[in-house]
Amino acid sequence: MDYLDYVQMTRSQQIAYKVKSFFTGIPNAIKTIFMYIGYFFKNLFVTIANGFKGYGQRFAAGDGATKLSYIIMGAGNMAHKQLMKGVLFLAAEVAYIYFMMSFGMTYVSKVYSFGVNVDPDNPNVIVDGVVGNVPIRYEIDPIFGNKIIANADTADDSNKVLLFFVLTLMISIAFFVIYIANTKSAYATQEMLKEGIQPVGFVDEMKTFLDERYHITLLTLPIFLLMVFNILPIIFTIFMAFTNYDKNHNAFNRLYWWVGFENFADVFYNSAEKSQTFGKVLVWTLIWAVFATFSNYILGIVLALLINKKDIKYKGFWRTMFVITSAVPQFVTLLVMRLLLDNQGIVNAMMGTNIRFLADEGWAKVSVIVVNMWIGIPYTMLSVSGILMNIPEDLYESARIDGANAVQQFTKITLPYISFVMTPYLISTFVGNINNFNVIYFLTGGAPESVDYYSGAGTTDLLVTWLYKLTVNEQDYKLASVIGIIVFVICATGSLITFNMSKATKNEEEFS
Amino acid sequence: MTTKQPNIGNMQAGYAKKRKIANIAVYVILSIMVLIWIFPIAWLVFQSFNGEKGVALATFFPKTWTFDNYIKLFRQEGLSDPMDPTSPMIVLPVDRMPFPYGRWITNTFIVAVFSCVISTLIILMVSYALSRLRFKSRKMLMNFGLILGMFPGFMSMAAIYNIMEIIGLGKQLFSLVIVYSSGAGLGYQIAKGFFDTIPRSLDEAAKIDGATRNQIFWIIILPLSKPIIVYTALTTFLGPWADYVFVSYFMKGDDQKYTVAMGLYEMLKPETMHEWFTVFCAGAVLIAVPITILFTIMQRFYVAGVTGGAVKG
Repeated sequence: MDYLDYVQMTRSQQIAYKVKSFFTGIPNAIKTIFMYIGYFFKNLFVTIANGFKGYGQRFAAGDGATKLSYIIMGAGNMAHKQLMKGVLFLAAEVAYIYFMMSFGMTYVSKVYSFGVNVDPDNPNVIVDGVVGNVPIRYEIDPIFGNKIIANADTADDSNKVLLFFVLTLMISIAFFVIYIANTKSAYATQEMLKEGIQPVGFVDEMKTFLDERYHITLLTLPIFLLMVFNILPIIFTIFMAFTNYDKNHNAFNRLYWWVGFENFADVFYNSAEKSQTFGKVLVWTLIWAVFATFSNYILGIVLALLINKKDIKYKGFWRTMFVITSAVPQFVTLLVMRLLLDNQGIVNAMMGTNIRFLADEGWAKVSVIVVNMWIGIPYTMLSVSGILMNIPEDLYESARIDGANAVQQFTKITLPYISFVMTPYLISTFVGNINNFNVIYFLTGGAPESVDYYSGAGTTDLLVTWLYKLTVNEQDYKLASVIGIIVFVICATGSLITFNMSKATKNEEEFS
Repeated sequence: MTTKQPNIGNMQAGYAKKRKIANIAVYVILSIMVLIWIFPIAWLVFQSFNGEKGVALATFFPKTWTFDNYIKLFRQEGLSDPMDPTSPMIVLPVDRMPFPYGRWITNTFIVAVFSCVISTLIILMVSYALSRLRFKSRKMLMNFGLILGMFPGFMSMAAIYNIMEIIGLGKQLFSLVIVYSSGAGLGYQIAKGFFDTIPRSLDEAAKIDGATRNQIFWIIILPLSKPIIVYTALTTFLGPWADYVFVSYFMKGDDQKYTVAMGLYEMLKPETMHEWFTVFCAGAVLIAVPITILFTIMQRFYVAGVTGGAVKG
């Protein structure tokens, strides 16, 4: 069906068509995801293959110094009149070797078993003896006698082992990049000298960091911080999902170790309690996200339309009244709401009722959605107001000339325009609502609890609040990281599907 | 309307009447909605002056009015010897207060100032590089940032805390500064959107005059970006005032290191709620007022930033 067929349909047919195309679009979107993944790996392999090819070619075509720099970094640069750069490359190599010898290798070798521990309950550890009550592990040394290699003080901390392993991994990747740059640079300077060009001096090269290569100067610190405090912890957490790290396998009394996909199996089917809790929490998270997103969206648009209605006076005043409420920090308003909706709170007192707004499962679910409307509608109103002001007036004018009445102008111009401009906003609010920690945690804290839920989860818990509780209260880190990975997958797929959809429907609604 | 020749005068009168009724209806709906939206805030302000304790007794207008709740935030009394119930009551020093509100404000302020400075610098650097410089890995970095942003924000907080402990920042306020500002590089979109709208011809003119990209950034672009700098600074300053998640995990059990969000939440624990509920209201009002003012300023600059860019078309 092409655009001409689409515009000839009646309004209801168009809606039906859109609903249908949403669902028929899902397989396609999933296909696209796999295609993206395929492209990604294809590109990755092509890049790697090209890298190897270039690496070999440069070696073959290199002179002695260039060849030497494949082993002793910086040799090429030093021989090709870039002494300072060569020295820096060499320093990097020395530093890396020293780092690996003194630090990195220990953790790389330990990460498979997570190191030595003296806990006899840990099946990963062979205890060789007991001194007093403390199990020890010792090494038989023919000259100095038995040497204790692990006791309560020297036992490994699994956390450190894993963390330093990830750190070593990242440093090694960084070193690899420098190493490749070194071989490239050695070859480049060799070619320059061959063509009779003097390679740039060190000072001049440094100057390029303020000009041609200024992006490196600007981005180094932000990327470094991201690496250490975002990416490293995320990789660490992803690894954690494949271990049995929880309060019984805490770093301070016992080791934790690799368990493969056991945690994922537990969450999906293996453990009845965990998988049922996960299923219920997931379903509620999705229901919540749909209701929270669309209730805010629709009512926010209605409010914006009311305020921006032509004859309404004091538009600024109305807008300010709503915006002021969203300026108050969210945790304050949410805690106030919790007090208002208390069993003995003022809302019950004023209505003369005794409704357990936050303590009864059904009521609590309705309450969080309603309170979320209170929080979110002003935001939507603000952004829709901005859009309404930007709709070109001549669209309405020509519609009036063609004889469209107010309702037609609204359904044919205003509504499509808003929904076109707001699609990215909808996606981000939906993802935001899946991750909406504040509303749930401050209002109900996940309560009311239910006996069939696993460890601490309540009936209004979202995946993220459950994740928080698992980390902070239950110290069930392995399960928490599994949940985190699942939330990531949901958000990523959701965004990608909607992104594809909105690209597909763009033509129908494009205004220019 | 009928298709017969209408009486124009009547019809206009009918329209006017209809429109008037519709407008009145809109005014009524808006007024009711404003009441609903203002009610919780007003209730909070009134309760902060309430002389009686307890949520159950809290009517909308307090029966007795007092300023004590505000005083109690900073001046708390207790037994001079907590072990001995017969010892005299004294004004507690900060480190023995059950809820050291003043300390929390100071903590939050310190964290907010540091993370504001660091984050603003980082955001400006990243957004400038991604907006106005062209380099090979630019697209890849942006996509990578997008993916990174889809991990739940506090999924890795246990790991981050481990790192903080290892580098000796466990239970230190500075660890919060690092957490709030290290992720700033991912929040470049709005500032980048602003930089995108500054005409490129400015850069080119400067380049012809021999300016390096570094000079263009400091001398040409930054002075033009005042609205977005103020906006970024304010948002990053306000961030720590509202965060609960990281403080609650990082500072667990050490109430001298809490920030306001965490501290106020603790006041409403079931054990202390009855006694401290009105004090909570006072504490909430005290931070909500300056934040609301800052927020209003921020809105103005945000609108200026966005529409300022729109002029270019």
